[in-house]
Amino acid sequence: MPEYSEFLRAYLTVAVVGGAAFALVMVTLGLGRLIRPRRPQPQKYINYESGVDPVGGAFPQSQIRYYVFALLFLLFDIEAVFIFPWAVEFATLGMYGLVTMAIFVIVLDLAIVYAWRKGVLRWV
Amino acid sequence: MTAAALPLVHAAPTFALELAYWQETLIKVGVLLAVIPFGALVLGYVYLLKMMSHMQSRLGPMEAGPHGVLQLVADGVKFLQKEDIFPERADRFVFAAAPMIVLLGTFLVYVVVPAGPNLVIADLDVGIFFALGVASISVIGVLMAGWASASKYSLLGGLRSAGQLVAYELPLIFAVVGVAMQAGTLSLQGIVAYQAEGAIFGFDAIGLPLIIPQFVGFALFMISAQAELTQTPFDMPVAESELVGGYHVEYTGFRFLLFFMGEFGTAFALSAIAATLFLGGWYVPGIDPGTTLANVVGPIALFLKTMIVAFFIFWARISFPRFREDQLQGFAWKWLVQIALANVLLTGLFMELF
Repeated sequence: MPEYSEFLRAYLTVAVVGGAAFALVMVTLGLGRLIRPRRPQPQKYINYESGVDPVGGAFPQSQIRYYVFALLFLLFDIEAVFIFPWAVEFATLGMYGLVTMAIFVIVLDLAIVYAWRKGVLRWV
Repeated sequence: MTAAALPLVHAAPTFALELAYWQETLIKVGVLLAVIPFGALVLGYVYLLKMMSHMQSRLGPMEAGPHGVLQLVADGVKFLQKEDIFPERADRFVFAAAPMIVLLGTFLVYVVVPAGPNLVIADLDVGIFFALGVASISVIGVLMAGWASASKYSLLGGLRSAGQLVAYELPLIFAVVGVAMQAGTLSLQGIVAYQAEGAIFGFDAIGLPLIIPQFVGFALFMISAQAELTQTPFDMPVAESELVGGYHVEYTGFRFLLFFMGEFGTAFALSAIAATLFLGGWYVPGIDPGTTLANVVGPIALFLKTMIVAFFIFWARISFPRFREDQLQGFAWKWLVQIALANVLLTGLFMELF
């Protein structure tokens, strides 16, 4: 199937471009290794905390307020996956497609309204 | 791709020179390796250094080269000579991999952006969807950098960045849906062809730049792109006055420059995508897209349109004070996402009615 191999070949090009990004980083950092100095002093390797010695462990726990947003994002990202094929075929689906998608979007949007009413969109 | 859009792209002339696949790919990658630093340098010099300086009644860098044109090149050479420092508590592997992931996202966005009827690295069917997908790879790199630095500023900056990038991803995606609905394709070449062939109420001299029917989508795209690039109204994650610098606090020398290159390379890519989606991309009114001339004029036209779009990004960056963190999230979820979804449904309604 020639179309299929062309399809795969396009993604081979994508992989080659990704490899080029990798190569650029490697070459520039390798070039830097040849010309940059290396004069180790213990003070240089202390993490920056406004000039005082770091307090607490290396990987501190912090309050993550973003998990609700991450969950909401997941919801809408999946909606995006569904909405793109629909958008491309919109001309053939017509009014029927529009009404179905409107119902889908409104039902999903109720999730944001719910989160909004529960106060999770407010910063506490 | 719609039947109407097909012949135009396929009628484009092939060059007399026939190249094998690997030769062609090698040339494309070579051009790309020149275009990305060039784009980053042009945006950095013209807008960040010069335009910003002149808007603030100062000259900006004037020493390196005429009017300081070589300032950023000089900076790059300087960064190359700086010592490579890993913080002692950092997770070394993840710390080293993070800038690479950010740059990978930047490179892959360029794959689908067409600069002429034949000048595209790979015209994927899923075009714009692919571009938006790989653009969000950088979120992973930013989170990795923030976490692996083992610094509190980095961690806070990384988390804020991830929260913001995730929130503004959605209006960015939904702003494009209206374009996909009108053009009936996700391929960027197909979208350009649609704009080249379209007509504004029968007036077809300039085609149909999608900014005219999709002006709401364009505004949403620009606002979200601003946030995705963490440019100033939305630069809370890298706010130097309270987080020192966000996720890249601990990066020095060329590794820091890689983040910079990733940021400005993505700014150039997103501007080019905005120009392609809403302003007709490489299409110039009056030049038949089926001729070789279109391949010559195309890159120039795309570059000029990209610079026009990028001008607004940097203008906003220079003009506005930054949002507070809670305002940021609220603005995305309560306003932009809702407007974007309404825009999708209204676009559908208008397409059905007219």
